[in-house]
Amino acid sequence: MFEENELVLEDLPKDYMEVNFGPHHPSTHGVFRFVAKVDGERLVEVEPVIGYLHRGIEKIAENRTYVQFKPLVDRLDYTGALNNELCYCLTVEKLMEIEVPPRAQAIRVICAELNRIAGHLIFFGAMGLEVGAFTPLLFGFLDREYILNILETVAGGRLTFNYFTIGGVRQDFPSDFKQKMDDFLKVFPVKLKRYEELLTGNEIFVNRLKNIGVLKKEDLFNWGASGPTLRGSGVKFDIRKVEPYSGYEKYDFEIPVGKNGDVYDRYIIRMEEMRQSARIIAQAADSLPGGEHTAKVPRVLKPPEGELYVRNEGTKGEIGFYLVSRGEKNPYRLKIRTPSFSHLNMLSFALNGNYIADAIVILGSFDTVMGSCDR
Amino acid sequence: MVWYVELGWALLKLVIAVMFIFITALILIWMLRKQMGHMQYRRGPRHHGPHGIFQTVFDAIKLLGKEDIIPAEADRWPFIWAPIIIFIPSLTIFAFLPFAEKIVATNIEISLFFVLAIMGLSILSLVMAGWSSNNKYALLGGLRSAAQMMSYEIPMIISVMGVVMMAGSMNFTQIVQAQQHMWYIVPQVVGFFIFFTASLAEINSTPFDMPEAESEIVSGFNIEYSGFRFAAFFLAEFVNLFIICALATLLFLGGWQPFTNPVYGTVIFLVKTYVLIFIAFWIRSTFPRFRIDQFMDFGWKVLLPLSLVNLFITGIIVLVVDKAGGA
Repeated sequence: MFEENELVLEDLPKDYMEVNFGPHHPSTHGVFRFVAKVDGERLVEVEPVIGYLHRGIEKIAENRTYVQFKPLVDRLDYTGALNNELCYCLTVEKLMEIEVPPRAQAIRVICAELNRIAGHLIFFGAMGLEVGAFTPLLFGFLDREYILNILETVAGGRLTFNYFTIGGVRQDFPSDFKQKMDDFLKVFPVKLKRYEELLTGNEIFVNRLKNIGVLKKEDLFNWGASGPTLRGSGVKFDIRKVEPYSGYEKYDFEIPVGKNGDVYDRYIIRMEEMRQSARIIAQAADSLPGGEHTAKVPRVLKPPEGELYVRNEGTKGEIGFYLVSRGEKNPYRLKIRTPSFSHLNMLSFALNGNYIADAIVILGSFDTVMGSCDR
Repeated sequence: MVWYVELGWALLKLVIAVMFIFITALILIWMLRKQMGHMQYRRGPRHHGPHGIFQTVFDAIKLLGKEDIIPAEADRWPFIWAPIIIFIPSLTIFAFLPFAEKIVATNIEISLFFVLAIMGLSILSLVMAGWSSNNKYALLGGLRSAAQMMSYEIPMIISVMGVVMMAGSMNFTQIVQAQQHMWYIVPQVVGFFIFFTASLAEINSTPFDMPEAESEIVSGFNIEYSGFRFAAFFLAEFVNLFIICALATLLFLGGWQPFTNPVYGTVIFLVKTYVLIFIAFWIRSTFPRFRIDQFMDFGWKVLLPLSLVNLFITGIIVLVVDKAGGA
């Protein structure tokens, strides 16, 4: 009699509580939503829901000229806007076979790397916030402010720059740029070290991050992961090294690689990347070639027929533009490949079995931007 | 005494206690914002009054003017009572805290025991709030706070027992008087750290603020609260912080010592308390948050054995000293 009762209990379906995270949740980085079934504090099943920030950017591209569309590229991954722009410009330039002058190339590298540091500083602050420390966020934004001030003197904008043009950059560096850059490069490593001591040196922080969200190489390959997320699992893949563009082959820098593939490795890699970016900037600023800041480009851009895929290393991973041209003023089709989209897809298996607190940290470690995921 | 005189005295004490509590909470909130601001290269509140000292007053007034929303699906009575109940332990404890030699509202023989017993009651309000809100985040927050308080109450009380053994009394005044020659932080340094850590966990302060973890469960047990009910939770958090810092001062930092004068005694007592509050806020602005399982491990596997060992060693030493003194 007793045993029979037990069997019945076993057969009953276990009832999980369904918790809805987002779209308006403090740590979903914008308007991302995931529906989680939780067993106490553990997640059993996670279903990511995207599309709350869909603006139809790919469709808009078909109805705009190549130049008109370029400002919208900034709005994809707005924390690393110049890297998006760089990729778009490279795509169109490659199709039209435009030679970019060396000075413009170096300027592009400096600005893109500055923007990478700014993006990673946001990650540093957000990571602190994710584990409940508020101060790193403000420290991160404080240093980002320096960078934005420098970029403001160069490009005029602070978040969406619209600075690179097809064939070069919109305007040359101002005369006091070198001075400002040197000041920044002198201060930045010291400050970075101090900020890192606050967070990386904290035992609670390290315990929260280590051995959490471990991702296997096969999974990463299968789901199209790239950038620091991929390198965290020990894959030495950086498009700046593998397929150098815009003169990256001239600069000496290292690619930090993780070992365990956990959140801590992804965090450390981003911190190290900031130092490497500062190295690249210093080299590029020292060896800035003279000459024109833009190539001679026809007023109306009509690329020849053809299709191509160009990619570069964005702040979050591989940004790619697949462009189909029919020889008209507008692109026939423009497919944008963004790292955030690939990484968010992995959530359906990366979060299962983790605590709610860890799920937030893992989500944060991908450093997703919903603007670039939903497009 | 005639009964109405007694009642009058009791009411007067109550009014003074309530006034003191609210003013303290307002000062503490301002202090947190200012201190955190300066630690983050900001300035904190600036506009209302000198250095923004009236900012929290205006905030409180704003909260009082808000619409009082009770969710339609909420369990009405627990929802309404939770923010009121959270003040009952705080108010009661204030009646037993001596500020100086003679400045104490109620002096009973086992005041420490009573205070520790009453402190456990505040858990009730958080669980009520979490459960009655009919919100999943609130439920998780309420359950987290229940687990947290239960597991940290034990090491906290055991760490206090060391002090009780050394003083040979459970009365605050006598405990402080026993510290005339040496503050108990010197022999009971381990006990002090256990007490401070466990009490921070008890009042859900950083790094133990899982019940209201902003990034995980948004705001935890008080997510559905707004207006003055939310203000009650918010103020209670700071009142509790003041209470645990005052307790630590009385038990380990010699209370009003070295002064017996009531005015100087009160001042030095408040200064010591505010130093501890400063440390708590410092921790708050620099530390990340524990994860719930790490936190439980820390409580049961580190703090509890440590406090037991501390109690054991204290017991032996007290026994030996007693024997030696008696012989």
